[in-house]
Amino acid sequence: MEKPSFGRSFLIAFSALVAAWLVVPTLIVIPISFTGESSFAFPPQSWSLDYYKNFFSDPRWLNSLFNSLLIALVAMTIATVLGTMAAYGLSIATFRGKPAAHQLFLGPLIMPSIVVAVATYLIFLQWHLVGTLLGFIVIHAILGIPFVVTNVTTALSSFDYNLERAAAILGASRFKTFMQVTLPIIRPGIVAGALFAFVISFDEVVVSLFIQSPMLQTLPVRMYASVAEEVDPTISAASTIVLAVSAPLLLLANTRTKRKTKKSEVSHA
Amino acid sequence: MFDHILRSNAARHFEIELASHCGFSSNNLGVTPVSTSTATGDDKKANRRATEDSSSVKRDRRARRMRLLILAPPLAFVLLLFVYPALELLWRSFTDPESGFGNYVRIATDPVVSTVIVRTVIMAAIVTVTSVVIAYPYAHLMSIATDRWRMVLTAVVLIPLWTSLMARTFAWIVLLQNDGPVSGLFELFGFGPVTLLGTTPGVVIAMAQVMLPFVVMPMYTNMKAIDLRLLDASRSLGAKPFTVFRKIYLPLSFPGIASGATLVLVLSLGFYVTPALIGTPQNSMFGQYIAVQINELVAFGYAGALAVALIAVTLILLGGVRIATKTKMSDSQSSIGGR
Repeated sequence: MEKPSFGRSFLIAFSALVAAWLVVPTLIVIPISFTGESSFAFPPQSWSLDYYKNFFSDPRWLNSLFNSLLIALVAMTIATVLGTMAAYGLSIATFRGKPAAHQLFLGPLIMPSIVVAVATYLIFLQWHLVGTLLGFIVIHAILGIPFVVTNVTTALSSFDYNLERAAAILGASRFKTFMQVTLPIIRPGIVAGALFAFVISFDEVVVSLFIQSPMLQTLPVRMYASVAEEVDPTISAASTIVLAVSAPLLLLANTRTKRKTKKSEVSHA
Repeated sequence: MFDHILRSNAARHFEIELASHCGFSSNNLGVTPVSTSTATGDDKKANRRATEDSSSVKRDRRARRMRLLILAPPLAFVLLLFVYPALELLWRSFTDPESGFGNYVRIATDPVVSTVIVRTVIMAAIVTVTSVVIAYPYAHLMSIATDRWRMVLTAVVLIPLWTSLMARTFAWIVLLQNDGPVSGLFELFGFGPVTLLGTTPGVVIAMAQVMLPFVVMPMYTNMKAIDLRLLDASRSLGAKPFTVFRKIYLPLSFPGIASGATLVLVLSLGFYVTPALIGTPQNSMFGQYIAVQINELVAFGYAGALAVALIAVTLILLGGVRIATKTKMSDSQSSIGGR
């Protein structure tokens, strides 16, 4: 294991620096949000809750938070239902275009988001969906579907279809079989996909920037505006709030996949 | 930005990493197609064997139709809201403002566009080289660390992906501002105050951070598989440490570098938010240029053609990298084999 060809202590010191570079930008917004000053000087000289007071008293910030939560919840639901249908349908169907169909569901992930944004904006202008809740919801659902499809496909890959046939032989209908046999087994994959879909919507900024209106903004759009146009220091509190919402969900999604991995390992052993 | 891709890819890498750890990844990946195909094959055979009356054939057909019926709603949703808009944009690139190849001719002849393309590719290349150089020692440490430390190092490298894009961008603005902490760090080492916000180095520092997982994970997977006894062998034959590294370890770790670098190069081309907020309009990248066409000029046709160009540049780079690494890899393999 010893490799004198790399100075081992140099290696560890270098990696510690890299680790700091990776972690510090995430953590630094937390102390900054509690600063008592009007600038973002770091480290802060005094502490206060001013920016949180701003956030929760300014209707623009508060509305954008509610919009984001509402859109993310509905978009997550749509993405989870459709994504699970897609993954399940693809796993049991046999037709020639199957790989192409799978790629199609991953498309929103592969396409650069600026291209998705421009195309969506073009169509939404024609359909009068710009600046509407419905518009935000459907396009965020589209962006969430690839994550649900990927996670559910992984869950289905270790699923034993003989169980479905056993249920069918015992007289269960196709729908009942899915609800009572398949669904409970692949649930960890579905939950992980749903959590990703929520966070994707909650964080989405590029497409949202194009389809927003001054009347309807999501939290990331509001944050973007507060950096790009007016320098509104409330963004430091907003950043911390966003972190507090999305970090636990992502952590949960990852432990979900981990547990699923362990479980299927057991079932295979 | 490509943020969501990053996240999922890293998650997948992470999963693959975990899966291979548990030693069942081949199982996981291999079982699906086999089991489904045999299942349907069995179905057919069983049906044919049991009864050859038309009712069972009809049932079989109905089952197949139902399977397609499950796919119909998600397929319709994606076709309507993803494929149709993309095709409409493509159509516009040939018809707006007038039909023909005018938009594409403009891209090919306008020096501003070629400047932006060259700048974007150079930027992506700088980010790629930076991430590879930084990731290499880190991935190596991961490959030789104990299990617990490896978990810590993996979690740390994934943190930028788990951080909200806007929160992360805001953090970088604070860190990189004039007289900010990073500038202070430079002063500490006697480099004097440096301007980073609104400059290329600033954008590179912020972009490379979120790109790191995509180089670290493939590199780590590759390095983990390198037989370290080869290094002992060459040392015992009298090779100096640097020679061991250059002639044995580096060539063997090349496939990991290649796949990580490709990923970063391709993802960097489409970045939008980071260069828009940390950089300046003067050093704008492709994504920003497309956005300007929409936000300021409402030129959908031209923006559509630019989108096609962005995807074309990505594919060309991807092809170029693939050819280059293929020759390089066979080179390194033969040179090792020849010794």
